[in-house]
Amino acid sequence: MRTKPSIWNRLFIGLVFLFLYAPIFVLIVFSFNASNSRSIWAGFSLHWYVELFQDQQILDALYTTLAVSLLAALIATVAGTFSAIGFYNMRRRWRTPLMTINNIPMVNADIVTGVSLCLFFVAAFGLWEQAASWLNDTLGTALPERLYLGFGTMLIAHIMFNIPYVILSVMPKLRQMDKNLVDAAQDLGCTWMQAFWKVVVPEIKPGIVNGLLIAFTMSVDDFVISYFTAGSSTANLAMRIYAMTKKRISPEVNAVSTLLFVAVLTLLIIINVREARQEKAEARRASL
Amino acid sequence: MKNKLSRFAVPYVVWMALFVVIPILMIVVYAFTSADGTPTLDNFARIGEYFPVFVRSFKLALIATLVCLLIGYPLACALAREGARFQRVAMMLIMLPMWMNFLLRTYAWMSILENTGLLNRLFGAIGLFDLINSLFGTDIEYFKMINTQGAVVLGMVYNFLPFMVLPIYSVIVKLDQKLIEAARDLGADGVTVFRRVTLPLSLPGVLSGITMVFVPAVSTFAISQLLGGGQQLLLGNLIEMQFKGAAYNPQLGSAVALVMMVIVVICMTVMNRFGEGEEQAVIL
Amino acid sequence: MKKLVSLTAAFALSAGLLAGCSGTASEPGSEDRVVNVCSWGEYIDESLIGEFEEQTGIRVNYQTVPSNEELYSILSMGGANYDVIVPSDYMISQLIEEDMLAELNYDNIPNFSKIDDRFKNLAYDPENKYTVPYAWGTLGIIYNTSKVDGEITSWDAMFDTQYADQVLMINNSRDALGIALLDLGYSVNTDSEEELQAAYQRLADAKEAGVYQAFVMDEVFDKMEAGEAAIATYYAGDYLSMLENNPDLAYVVPEEGSNWFVDAMCVLKDAENKDEAEEWINFMCSTEASLKNMDYIWYASPNTEALEQYPAYYEELYGEPLDQELYEIMAAPQEVLDRCEVYLVRPAETRALYNDLWTQLSI
Repeated sequence: MRTKPSIWNRLFIGLVFLFLYAPIFVLIVFSFNASNSRSIWAGFSLHWYVELFQDQQILDALYTTLAVSLLAALIATVAGTFSAIGFYNMRRRWRTPLMTINNIPMVNADIVTGVSLCLFFVAAFGLWEQAASWLNDTLGTALPERLYLGFGTMLIAHIMFNIPYVILSVMPKLRQMDKNLVDAAQDLGCTWMQAFWKVVVPEIKPGIVNGLLIAFTMSVDDFVISYFTAGSSTANLAMRIYAMTKKRISPEVNAVSTLLFVAVLTLLIIINVREARQEKAEARRASL
Repeated sequence: MKNKLSRFAVPYVVWMALFVVIPILMIVVYAFTSADGTPTLDNFARIGEYFPVFVRSFKLALIATLVCLLIGYPLACALAREGARFQRVAMMLIMLPMWMNFLLRTYAWMSILENTGLLNRLFGAIGLFDLINSLFGTDIEYFKMINTQGAVVLGMVYNFLPFMVLPIYSVIVKLDQKLIEAARDLGADGVTVFRRVTLPLSLPGVLSGITMVFVPAVSTFAISQLLGGGQQLLLGNLIEMQFKGAAYNPQLGSAVALVMMVIVVICMTVMNRFGEGEEQAVIL
Repeated sequence: MKKLVSLTAAFALSAGLLAGCSGTASEPGSEDRVVNVCSWGEYIDESLIGEFEEQTGIRVNYQTVPSNEELYSILSMGGANYDVIVPSDYMISQLIEEDMLAELNYDNIPNFSKIDDRFKNLAYDPENKYTVPYAWGTLGIIYNTSKVDGEITSWDAMFDTQYADQVLMINNSRDALGIALLDLGYSVNTDSEEELQAAYQRLADAKEAGVYQAFVMDEVFDKMEAGEAAIATYYAGDYLSMLENNPDLAYVVPEEGSNWFVDAMCVLKDAENKDEAEEWINFMCSTEASLKNMDYIWYASPNTEALEQYPAYYEELYGEPLDQELYEIMAAPQEVLDRCEVYLVRPAETRALYNDLWTQLSI
């Protein structure tokens, strides 16, 4: 019964997409510029891509971004799934306040989260230094006394802001699950463990996968929290880009954007084609 | 059964205490102490000096949120009217820029808006400045676009628009078309249908969209740094400055962060009351 | 069994924590020798880093910060692991005062003997226990001759509404307020609140009048090279860098005088790689490295031999003689330095006033 979308409808959508994509288009075009100007075209060249692949700092940053995002997303997914199951089975009296705390990192401004973690880590390092030096003196252990903001702290921060998203996407699946399923499985002779792996996990799997993807996206895109928790010796791509915009800007930044854009585009197309195929297959099966 | 599975959450509760609650408490503690650790209210007394920054931040974030709503809502409706394949591709295209770093997207606007940037070059090339100069006898060579509040708002809208579109879209697309048909059958015109049916039903999406745009907009420091030329100081810049920037004073920075947090929480609570408790955030 | 599962959950959570600790700690005595260096942007010929790594097998972790004030913030916050930093004179005094620098073992830095005596035992480190100079130069006005009629000779240009929206003001408190102080005829080392307030007012009025396009540090390169702005205040060495990309630019040390600075390498008190740090310092002040670096960053080296040999080095490298004028911009002659003042560290109250005025200006 839907009315046919009007030409104005398409025009409006087109305009918004123009707004969304014009800057990205500019970035991509100027990544092939022969000179380092950001507004004057001086001819086609792949110069900046060559420079990019020789820039150790950017490559390191890329590696750090991927490592942090993958690790944080995986750890957060496992931890978030267990926590969601825990919360779901909790009495409301306990669950409500705990879920509120769980929501803090999602609702809070990134900069507040970042700054608070920064203060916390620095204070914790202070305590650690005292504890470690005492242990080293009395027990003769060789614990490192000084800790620094770095990859580890950044990873903790990422896990911390990822878990709530995982819980948020697993929770609805738990609610949808038939509560009797677990009992039924156990009645039929499953151990508690088997019931968990064979019944609960498959039921909530879409939520888990979704949570993993959201967590990964959040990590890859994060700048503010990393900026305050990664310290001086590590930098993810976002931090590196920010540092670059504060210096003489090299079109390497454009080259990075282009590569990122192409990678994401390919990924999304693959996902979409697969989904479309699956739907088609399902539709065919249904029609048979 | 119930109570035993709940133990799964215990490690995470400890984790939250350590990495969520204590850090926030640290901000509170810092906000109420002086540099040598004695309790004081000085930091809050000094916040008065920064009142204009608060006003500017909230003003710009509010404008950006409003613009996002004015573009995002019609866009979500327009998309929902399209066919399924169109919608799928369009959603993909809206989410795609979110996967690129927002700094890159903001940086792209720099080269467009600069005095010698692409837009001004384009205007110059089509003779716009000559036309204006000959008409009004002025002597302009470019439009000043970068390093203005307008540029900062533009950057916010550009970066956060998807956060507005997605939740609204996900609510609207699930709206029961029969409700709208029923309203029409009962004689309601287009405006009435929108006002009495579509809008109230899409309100949860709108509210979560507003939150998801307003909070990052009010606290951003990178966008105002890149597009505001260090002249449009926002709360984010003020806080960043006290921790990692040119004026080291984490106590003051904590106080500013705390006040900002409290104001935002109050705003959100009031707004959600207004939305009759529909606080469930719709994400992606 | 149930316990096992909750244990796994606990493990999953603590794994992150453990990974964190082992990741952040550097293992003492391990084969992998590292030095963490923090300097300014565009302030080293990066091929020197590779050379040093090859020569010594020490890995250099090279970071940059935009200004002395930001460096100070990061150091005070804690949690940073720099070994070598390259702050400017006044910041060095402040760091020494706050006991944040380590005394150097000059036996490990034999190349220190090549440093010109003019740059030893300066006010910031009178007995020269903590520092080895890295580079020096003047602060001045850079302007685009195609956008400015006539010559600029005075700091007045930085406050002139005639250049509205065409001026880039430097984005750090000491230099920006310093410029205003000089323009008003005061010393850059004044502690008088009245004079500093007047300087603040000078900046605030100009800002109010729309003179400043932006407050920038290293962003200045791009903007001046692209002709985005007409006038900026920045350092002599960086002007020469920009000149390579935009021949319309000119540099002047204004008649009211200016600041001349020395940036020196220091080692932090809690540095974990002190030996590597000293090796790095020694490498950087060798004549060869100094020449190469000078040619890249265009800041004058304090190394006597490098300073003398540079014109010849340049001629050999590029096949044309070095313009004497450019050489004198890089290595300012004594009569220019005589017109300039060195920033001296100010007492805590003045520093607090600087911070307050600076944040007020940003509002």
